[in-house]
Amino acid sequence: MLKYLNSLTAITLATMAIATAADAGPFGLGRAATSDEVAAWNLDVRPDGSGLPVGAGNVEDGDVLFADNCASCHGDFAEGRGNWPKLAGGVDTLDHDDPLKTVGSYWPYLSTTWDYVNRSMPFGNAQSLSADEVYAVVAYILYSNDMVEDDFILSNETFLDVEMRNADGFIIDDRAETEYAQFSAAPCMENCKAEVEITMRALVLDVTPEEEDAEAAAQEQSAPVSKTKAEAPAAAAPVVVPVQESALDPGLVAEGAKVFKKCKACHQVGEGAKNKTGPLLNGIAGRAVGTIEGFRYSKSFQELSAEGAVWDDAALAAFLAKPKAYAPKTKMSFAGLKKDSDIAAMIAYLKSVSP
Amino acid sequence: MTVSFKGKSPSRRAFLKGAATAAGALATAGAARAAGDPLITEVQPWASGFGDGVDETPYGLPIKFESDVVRRNVEWLTADTISSINFTPIHALDGTITPQGCAFERHHSGAIELAKEDYRLMINGLVDRELIFTYADLERFPRVNQVNFLECAANTGMEWAGAQLNGAQFTHGMIHNMEYSGVSLRTILEEAGLTKAGDLKDKWIYVEGADASSNGRSIPMEKALDDCILAFKANGEALRKEHGYPVRLVVPGWEGNMWIKWIRRIEVTDAPVESREETSKYTDTLADGTSRKWTWVMDAKSVVTSPSPQSPITHGKGPLVITGLAWSGNGAIKRVDVSRDGGKTWAEARLAAPGQKMALTRFYLDIDWDGSEMLLQSRAMDETGYVQPTKTQLRAVRGLNSIYHNNCIQTWWVKESGEAENVEVS
Repeated sequence: MLKYLNSLTAITLATMAIATAADAGPFGLGRAATSDEVAAWNLDVRPDGSGLPVGAGNVEDGDVLFADNCASCHGDFAEGRGNWPKLAGGVDTLDHDDPLKTVGSYWPYLSTTWDYVNRSMPFGNAQSLSADEVYAVVAYILYSNDMVEDDFILSNETFLDVEMRNADGFIIDDRAETEYAQFSAAPCMENCKAEVEITMRALVLDVTPEEEDAEAAAQEQSAPVSKTKAEAPAAAAPVVVPVQESALDPGLVAEGAKVFKKCKACHQVGEGAKNKTGPLLNGIAGRAVGTIEGFRYSKSFQELSAEGAVWDDAALAAFLAKPKAYAPKTKMSFAGLKKDSDIAAMIAYLKSVSP
Repeated sequence: MTVSFKGKSPSRRAFLKGAATAAGALATAGAARAAGDPLITEVQPWASGFGDGVDETPYGLPIKFESDVVRRNVEWLTADTISSINFTPIHALDGTITPQGCAFERHHSGAIELAKEDYRLMINGLVDRELIFTYADLERFPRVNQVNFLECAANTGMEWAGAQLNGAQFTHGMIHNMEYSGVSLRTILEEAGLTKAGDLKDKWIYVEGADASSNGRSIPMEKALDDCILAFKANGEALRKEHGYPVRLVVPGWEGNMWIKWIRRIEVTDAPVESREETSKYTDTLADGTSRKWTWVMDAKSVVTSPSPQSPITHGKGPLVITGLAWSGNGAIKRVDVSRDGGKTWAEARLAAPGQKMALTRFYLDIDWDGSEMLLQSRAMDETGYVQPTKTQLRAVRGLNSIYHNNCIQTWWVKESGEAENVEVS
């Protein structure tokens, strides 16, 4: 019934569109877009600055915003962490082996940086920055690349004053001229070369992921019960919080494991977990806040740790719901879990993880 | 690139497994002479009891014995799995159509779940009517069917500097080939009207996805009006979420990044947007440090999928099927040659069916293998006369830093044991 009603609504809307559009297209399908709708989605910015909203931001504010929203992946100075993109450095490396391509060394247009930060960043919390904040973050990225001074203010008016180092570094695809003729000779079939020698072997590097073979996988599939049993003792060997394990709802834990996919980009959990962009989460339930060795906590967590805060259910739920409300200076860019059911599942899952 | 993964060669594992099976078969053959193969002489459980009833799996998955035919990723390539890529198990597939469930994925902000009811497509910019379509609207336009390959521009990209990954899945698996059903992009553009755009020669469209990465690309109007489609079905069923459910753009023959998933907006413009994915990424840096941009077409390419490192020969000498895939973004594949001696001599392979434009073509070379080692290569030719180049030829023009668009001839060193390894030859 609901589906039927939905279809009816759609038909009504379509009819309205036909009725109101003075000159409909060949099929008269769709409806006119409102100006608010176009404004909401038509956000792209061109190299000439068209599409930029009015606004401004300075390097100093950008520094703070960058530390809060970007540094967990891109580093405090836009130098990048681990495998995450480096946004600064690499000048004069484009003709070297493994050139370092950054906003400073490679990007030809400033519009691309503004547009990308505005629409696609921060990672996992896109479109959360105001226009002024985007100007400030971009100003800081330029400063990190030694392209502007520390008193620079980026605005829709100063935008075109910024010179991009690699603006002239691109040519339009010329394969048709430089390659196609020489790659279109009649192919040789016999005596094409005198000698053939192996010059390089993949096995020397040995960087290929190992595969699970079909039999092992099949066994795993056909015997899930015994596998679970075998692993159960390890999972149920808590040192700090012995009671909670037995009370956990397996369904909820499984649900939480799914929700945890959102966190995996930055957090590891389980056997062999290490600190990544975020701290490892083994045994987090019941643990004192901010106590994982080797992790550089934000000021908020250093303070909470000094106060003796503990990750009990209430603290976990509060942080998971609104990270920045619980710990205003947290480096975690994740916006929070919207559904209470997801939060409950996540806490159950985190509890299920052995310390 | 940091190399953090160390593992056993998949070739070795696949080979040992295969060898064990072969040994078992031999033992059985010995016993068979006396009493016959027990698989035949004794009543087997599946020949006596019941199998699964209907509805056991309302939507079926491959049988458990095939559970190793799956997408795989290379962990050290990217920082996480949200903005990452995995690879189609082309070494284990045959024919040309890639099943959706094992067709490679590439996301910039994860595979989102976007319901048909929540789907909106906006057309704005230099059009006569700025329009909004629902999913139901799209289903009412005349429909087209098209088989096309999608190849990521970075396919084989890890091999620029040298042989690196040991398996066709990893060297060539950023590709899939599906039959798409949807609406011609031209139909949709004409519905919005292009009179306002004036001369279409210098016009572009900018297409953008609904996910948080807001992946967007500029496409010249000529291509947009030529053969692109807004697809909602692949291989007969709804697109998978990882491939852009409910609607994705199909841009035949052009790099996969332009096939915008979860497409939500088409803007007709008078210039390219120069978005992140068409400036800082998907541009090809040459040896002198200048970079090519707008390198959209995927040039002719092929690879032997079996035998290959993940698909070694386990049956010893005698009849052997050599098979692989060929494709070109410039049209149909006309011919594929196979060399067994690293390119000294070549033999024309048999195409399973005549090549179709911008679609995968399956080739076979049926040989009587004498058990000696081979340096297996394949070389594709398309209808324009373009011949797939060697890595040496490509490097001479582009150097080592191009990352994208590596369509070189691949070499597998098949040893006397039947194991195969990814190598480079002189």
